[in-house]
Amino acid sequence: MGADNMKLTLKIWRQKSDKTKGQFQTYQVDDVSSHMSFLEMLDVLNEQLVAGKEEPVAFEHDCREGICGTCSLVINGYPHGPMQGTTTCQLHMRHFKDGDTITIEPWRSAAFPIVKDLVVNRDAFDRIIQAGGFISVNTGQAQDGNAIAIEKDVANEAMDAATCIGCGACVAACPNASAMLFTSAKVSHLAHMPQGKVEAAQRAQRMVAQHDAEGFGRCSNITACEAECPKEISVEHIARLNREYLSSSIGSDK
Amino acid sequence: MPFQSNVPPGELGEKWTKYRSSMPLVAPNNKRRIEVIIVGTGLAGGAAAATLGELGYNVKVFTFHDSPRRAHSIAAQGGINAAKNYQNDGDSVYRLFYDTIKGGDYRSREANVHRLAEVSVNIIDQAVAQGVPFAREYGGLLANRSFGGVQVSRTFYARGQTGQQLLLGAYQSLSRQVSLGNVTMYNRHEMVDVVKIDGKARGIIARNLLTGELERHAAHCVVLGTGGYGNVFYLSTNAMNSNGSAAWRAVKKGAYMANPCFTQIHPTCIPVSGEYQSKLTLMSESLRNDGRVWVPKNLEDAKAIREGRKTGVQIPEADRDYYLERRYPAFGNLVPRDVASRAAKTACDEGLGVSPTGLAVYLDFADAIQRYGKSRANTLNEHNPSDARIKELGTAVVAEKYGNLFEMYEKITGENPYVMPMKIYPAVHYTMGGLWVDYNLQTNVPGLFATGEANFSDHGANRLGASALMQGLADGYFVLPYTIGTFLANEIRTPAIDPNDAAFIEAEKGVADRIAQIMSIKGNQSAESYHRRLGKIMWEYCGMARNAEGLTKGRALIRELREDFYRDLFVPGTADEYNPELEKALRVADFLELGELMMLDALDRAESCGGHFREEYQTEDGEALRRDDEFAYVSAWEWDDNDPILHKEELIFENVELKTRSYK
Repeated sequence: MGADNMKLTLKIWRQKSDKTKGQFQTYQVDDVSSHMSFLEMLDVLNEQLVAGKEEPVAFEHDCREGICGTCSLVINGYPHGPMQGTTTCQLHMRHFKDGDTITIEPWRSAAFPIVKDLVVNRDAFDRIIQAGGFISVNTGQAQDGNAIAIEKDVANEAMDAATCIGCGACVAACPNASAMLFTSAKVSHLAHMPQGKVEAAQRAQRMVAQHDAEGFGRCSNITACEAECPKEISVEHIARLNREYLSSSIGSDK
Repeated sequence: MPFQSNVPPGELGEKWTKYRSSMPLVAPNNKRRIEVIIVGTGLAGGAAAATLGELGYNVKVFTFHDSPRRAHSIAAQGGINAAKNYQNDGDSVYRLFYDTIKGGDYRSREANVHRLAEVSVNIIDQAVAQGVPFAREYGGLLANRSFGGVQVSRTFYARGQTGQQLLLGAYQSLSRQVSLGNVTMYNRHEMVDVVKIDGKARGIIARNLLTGELERHAAHCVVLGTGGYGNVFYLSTNAMNSNGSAAWRAVKKGAYMANPCFTQIHPTCIPVSGEYQSKLTLMSESLRNDGRVWVPKNLEDAKAIREGRKTGVQIPEADRDYYLERRYPAFGNLVPRDVASRAAKTACDEGLGVSPTGLAVYLDFADAIQRYGKSRANTLNEHNPSDARIKELGTAVVAEKYGNLFEMYEKITGENPYVMPMKIYPAVHYTMGGLWVDYNLQTNVPGLFATGEANFSDHGANRLGASALMQGLADGYFVLPYTIGTFLANEIRTPAIDPNDAAFIEAEKGVADRIAQIMSIKGNQSAESYHRRLGKIMWEYCGMARNAEGLTKGRALIRELREDFYRDLFVPGTADEYNPELEKALRVADFLELGELMMLDALDRAESCGGHFREEYQTEDGEALRRDDEFAYVSAWEWDDNDPILHKEELIFENVELKTRSYK
């Protein structure tokens, strides 16, 4: 059983909009229980602020189960906080100590403009998927689900890539603000499946072109993305994307 | 008001095929001129948007999320049902139909449910073609597992992330249509009203959540795939932003709300740990394939566990009550959700709960680990393996099946479920009630359709596990794209709807006034605090067990709370900026009315069925007592602030015999 009345100091990035300058503001929160999730701790802060007729801190969240990809936050320098393989919403206060000072910032990348405080705009990810992150099949065109056998291991590897939640932590972690882990996870998921092979080359080309057009940086194999990914997606998918991309560049008439 | 189910004639098994082949169509040249608005991008909305885009309609899609991929369908864990009979275990379309009707405690429409079972097989094919990485057997074919309330294995899954993978499949199809220019996507736009012209739904007012600006969007018809309203209870397994407002706005424009009191309380959720709690986390029903539910037999043991003097593993086998296996031997731990939830409540009410709050039972995997460990050792030709080795091998098998769920449990509770049995308790999960729709998924407002959890149509008084994904995708991919033609075929001569029509201007003004009213209260209490209080009233008086006295009291308490809300609410910031507090306040305002209607509906239904348990109506051994002669109807409520009006759709059962549901 953990402590029930931790006192914390929070240094939180406040910014009215992408057109104004932001700065850190310091807040005190008392009576934090170790059973709270990190976001519940921020709920407590916001209730406190609203009670004092102050504007609450804007942060995004939805499922609070680590699957929707809405929550973000760079906590003490780490996207989604210090625990490996954990989204911010699944981070619990038992990993912090009474008296701690915690720094909370938004994802920082030119391709993710700030909306307010800790909220950023991640539309660029949607546009990367729209560029080719799909299999071109209309409703009703499918054959029987068991018509194509897929090796269990292959399906598992595809699933490892498909598990990406599109949160953007990889971008926040990368010194180049590259979104290659996100892009490669989709390329790799679909390229693993026999259904996705037909369009694999074109898909890689188009998604990478969109990635670059959005202003995300180049990948220089620093692998901070893998370390910070809450779903522990491997940089091997970037290697796979590079293979698809190269093979489609060489000897392709597209 | 039109109020007909519009179920086509003919034999049950042929209704849909015949109807589909003879319904009016819209020619491709006309589809290009016809605009459709879809609100919501979950399985039901997203799949419908993608499919209607493929068909050539002009589609506009709205979501309040920052991306269509965030819709709450993404959180569904366990799986999706389909009558494929790949396991050769006797499954069929009829059996899936029958299980669903029975599971819903005979309060759903036969024809809708049969259609659902028919198209279930197409969904799996479609998802596989989209690249959804379903679990596979070693031979490369699709794997299945079992879910509650059935005796076959028909659930397809992708680890504990089936909803995520199916939603991403729909999202990717939707993205393709966006890139082709057939669908226009509006992220961060919340529908705040439906606009009706000459009685037909012709558009919506949307609030741009980034700027606060109100926008008028016109179309030939409107589809709501906006999910359920479980968050009326404040604490539920729903995502924080899930809300009932789109549906409720439709109700305020004349749509009927059907069976609003039918709420699903899911038996296996992580128990509440404190007052600050913002939401509850589900542990997938698939865990009941292998987990055994129990409480101590003796009150002293339960007390010792609650006080931290003992742990579950210290209770000897003879002193444990595996109460589901004892009470329901035929289905054991896999009884339907409503039955399992009530049984957990009964055990805790008797003082046998195992958490400090007294509200938790065990879900134990020790036996499964033993069983799998021995089997694996056998496969590996390891004879006479040590206990430690069996545990090691068995743990690995359980981890492969449920690893991500176990990890999630440990992250939240700080306890290792491979060693200590999980503690679980029921929590609000799903709402079977929703907008009343006919066989075409059209509400009583012409041109207004509702799909997925937002409608009431298929699950009766209790939904079976792995059937929500099935219904959402069935509606979105395979039902609505056809049935919407029954309305649109008569609209091919209707020119583009004018967003400057007086009806739009009036609706926009109505929304602006409503927002101004909320902003002008300038009281002292947050929207969150009202929501939390509403949730407590709902759970206390309209939760797992209900009675006339409590429901009457609950309704009065909600009325008082609503008055207080409009007197003392405080919303910081302004209306013309990004303001999550204002969004919340508008949603809570709607929940305050919807909650009252739920109380009223539960009061009207003087019987127990499925998730609706009225204490006055139970058998001697505490099972639900249905009253078919008086209550075999769908309650469809027309909203009136003082006295909502009840319309009844009689349920006619031509193919199944109404029986007392038994899982013994």
